[in-house]
Amino acid sequence: MSTTPLLEVAGLDVDFDGRPAVRELGLTLRRGEVLGLVGESGSGKSATALAVLGLLPGNAAVRGSVRLDGTELLGLPERELTRIRGRRVSMVFQDPLSAFTPVYRLGDQIAEAVRAHQDVSRERAAERAVELLDLVGIPEPALRARSFPHEFSGGMRQRAMIAMAMANDPDLILADEPTTALDVTIQAQVLDVLRTARQATGAALLLVSHDLGVIAGTADRVAVMRDGRVVEQGTVDDVFRRPREPYTRELLAAVPRLDATRRPRPGSGEPVLRVRGLTRTFPVLKGTAFRRRVGTVYAVDGVDLEVRRGETLALVGESGSGKSTTLFELLELARPEGGSIELFGQQPGTLGKAAARALRRRIQIVFQDPMASLDPRMPVGDIVAEPLRTQGAGRAAAGRRVRELLAQVGLDPADAERYPHEFSGGQRQRIGIARALSVEPELLVLDEPVSALDVSVQAGVLELLQRLKDELGLAYLFVSHDLSVVRNIADRVSVMYLGRTVEAGPVDEVFAAPRHPYTQALLSAVPLPDPELERKRTRILLAGDPPSPTRRYEGCRFRGRCPLYAELAEQERKRCAVDVPVFEGDGVACHFPRVRSVV
Amino acid sequence: MMWQQEDYTISSVPAYLAKRLGYYAVLLLAAVCLSYLLASLALDPRAYYAGRQPPIPAASVNHHLTEIGVNDHDPLLSRFLHWAGHAVRGDLGQTIDGTSVNAEFGRRLGVSLRLLLAGTVLGTVAGVLAGAWTAVRQYRLSDRAVTVASFALLSTPVFLLAILLKTGAIWFNQSTGTDLIQFTGERSPGLTGGFWTILKDRSVHLLLPTLSVALFAVASYSRYQRNTMLDVLGSDYLRTARAKGLGRRTVLLKHGLRTALIPMSTYFSYGFLALFTGATFTETIFGWHGMGEWFIDSIGKNDVSSVVAVNVFAAVTVLLSGFLADLLHAALDPRIRQAS
Repeated sequence: MSTTPLLEVAGLDVDFDGRPAVRELGLTLRRGEVLGLVGESGSGKSATALAVLGLLPGNAAVRGSVRLDGTELLGLPERELTRIRGRRVSMVFQDPLSAFTPVYRLGDQIAEAVRAHQDVSRERAAERAVELLDLVGIPEPALRARSFPHEFSGGMRQRAMIAMAMANDPDLILADEPTTALDVTIQAQVLDVLRTARQATGAALLLVSHDLGVIAGTADRVAVMRDGRVVEQGTVDDVFRRPREPYTRELLAAVPRLDATRRPRPGSGEPVLRVRGLTRTFPVLKGTAFRRRVGTVYAVDGVDLEVRRGETLALVGESGSGKSTTLFELLELARPEGGSIELFGQQPGTLGKAAARALRRRIQIVFQDPMASLDPRMPVGDIVAEPLRTQGAGRAAAGRRVRELLAQVGLDPADAERYPHEFSGGQRQRIGIARALSVEPELLVLDEPVSALDVSVQAGVLELLQRLKDELGLAYLFVSHDLSVVRNIADRVSVMYLGRTVEAGPVDEVFAAPRHPYTQALLSAVPLPDPELERKRTRILLAGDPPSPTRRYEGCRFRGRCPLYAELAEQERKRCAVDVPVFEGDGVACHFPRVRSVV
Repeated sequence: MMWQQEDYTISSVPAYLAKRLGYYAVLLLAAVCLSYLLASLALDPRAYYAGRQPPIPAASVNHHLTEIGVNDHDPLLSRFLHWAGHAVRGDLGQTIDGTSVNAEFGRRLGVSLRLLLAGTVLGTVAGVLAGAWTAVRQYRLSDRAVTVASFALLSTPVFLLAILLKTGAIWFNQSTGTDLIQFTGERSPGLTGGFWTILKDRSVHLLLPTLSVALFAVASYSRYQRNTMLDVLGSDYLRTARAKGLGRRTVLLKHGLRTALIPMSTYFSYGFLALFTGATFTETIFGWHGMGEWFIDSIGKNDVSSVVAVNVFAAVTVLLSGFLADLLHAALDPRIRQAS
């Protein structure tokens, strides 16, 4: 065994059109080791990974040294680099939909990677592709090899991506945010597959991620990046337990943790919002000239919610669980398709125009994407004033109120004259909050308000929301897929699966003692930014993807993926297959709820 | 098992095509009725015979107009039914000069095809390649040169380009002392000889019209193709293809250009259509008697049946182009194949 490190990066500089992205970066990676490269957006971590393989776009200038097994890669002619790419060093990219060529079958794309480096027949390469798909846990691999990328779910595509990276038994796999676009239970599956891939190939892994939890659970060593430089490097235990640099300490402190101890303060009195058995379906249409209905999407199929004055209810669930549809049903202020909605004791669909307008003022929303939800051609002052003007405020009064609001959300009142593009992501989200608050609402709906933000910015916005709630006595309906954020802002939590509420309760109780098997799986999939705890935890891995919302289900709709169902006796299973579990109050929609601690 | 993903329903391709064709037949019928109505109302065949020396007696004008089915003294409906009765049997009536529209149609269609086919195919292929190439070389000298040349061409009126080509040919012929390049008509009148002699003569006549058609096709297609290729060049999947260790040419052609062709399918089909009906200038300047010339001439002559025939041709071409665009799109893009 040689003592040369597998990968040695030294004095690496990357500039994009003259703007520095990476500065004097040094890294070493030994054989079979996992190095986590962590940092916030713009810290240069992806640029570093791409520079190793010479995959940076044409406007990038690279200097320094990248040695693979002692061989310098920088400045190597393209022809020699192509022999290293995919064979000795392969890569897994972030967005698995855009990372595959849309017009070729997945099996063919993997076989192409095989044939790029191995002198094998077309048939043999195709067989190898099927073997690889099998290895990464794709069911019916021979059949699915003939699928096109758009026919795979996000998690399946990422598995296929890993299969392709394994194709030539590489020495090093570079993974650039491999799970960032995925739901947390799918993320757990994919991290598991990455582990399999490393065992099968013995490859070292450079794992680029913004998620400290993912790094803590997967990496042996970690390098923390900021503004293009590595500020701290060491074993995960050292860096997470005993960070030496102030920046690392700040970063670790800013990360919301699932195992936080914050005590929730559930509200009391009459609920400001009460939803019972809400349903909403969408038709599946087909045909061009004569469109006809060929099916139904049961987007929301039994949602119960209760939000009291002064409390934050978090609505959590994975993509496609119906969170957004639920929100838009509430904001529609119309009679729901099924079930009931009660806002401040009134039923929205039954009101006259004036009453509906008055009700509209009392419920406001803050959107997820702070750039897309602000009109780029309007000055910030006008954006914030618009709801006020709509409610009939005069120009001068609105102007005064705008300055007051901007100060309240931590911006400069003089910012009213500036345009959205002049602000950072966090500031834009503050503008969105100011706009929502302008008409003095009592219930604020927050749709993934911090998921587009870096952790350090996230912390500031969450703090602001907490302060505003206390000062103004607001109630929040906080929609999020990030359970760690939820633990740190919510008082109560409501969990959705496939259009239905499955469990609800005070956030500390639900997180410490989840009763629904889905809640347990969801919580167990969230990585903790603590390597020691991560090693001790057992993950409940759910099989496959959530099923299609275009079907009707008899009995419990979770039973197909339920880890508990597998352990039940025949008689008990029958009940799951026939009876739909009913959700009531702060309860759980499961026939056999068993508390299981997973955090 | 209930939690498995639904199978994708693969609707049969022939059924889809049959449905599509039925839909087109309805549109075609509507287009034909409307063009007949419009032509009959807007054109005045009687005027074609007015002011002749010596004057033609009204009775014989009437007789002739009735004979070819365009007499405005007859009710419009009966004229249309008479025309339609023949049309469904494949007879598009008579021209105002009393000859068969069908015969004229066939002759003109052949001329147009011979005039445009080579230029269109050549221009499309060259345009795609030029576009892809300039995209790869974005902002370099070669890209800028092709861009400038394309826009110069696109902003040159057809007749100007054709006349410039003619002038160039005359200069070439004079300076070489030959008459190598011919640019009037399809062939040299009265030439006799074997197959090769005729082919050479026809090719020489085709040179300039083909060039003028192809140049415009190259100029416009290369612009579109450059854009679609640029979108693809920045895509993640090209980066993936490079990361696999594929060579530059495979990456650019197999993964890049192949995907960048998808949005071009619409341009190809409709570009072909535009050439067919929009080649009036090219035909006139180079002395070819094709569909475009016929359309202008028959409007001038108040020739209802011929105008309707050209319109039918245009309608069929539009629908066929749309159909081809759909087929091409489906052939190129698996995502479309499933959706339909």
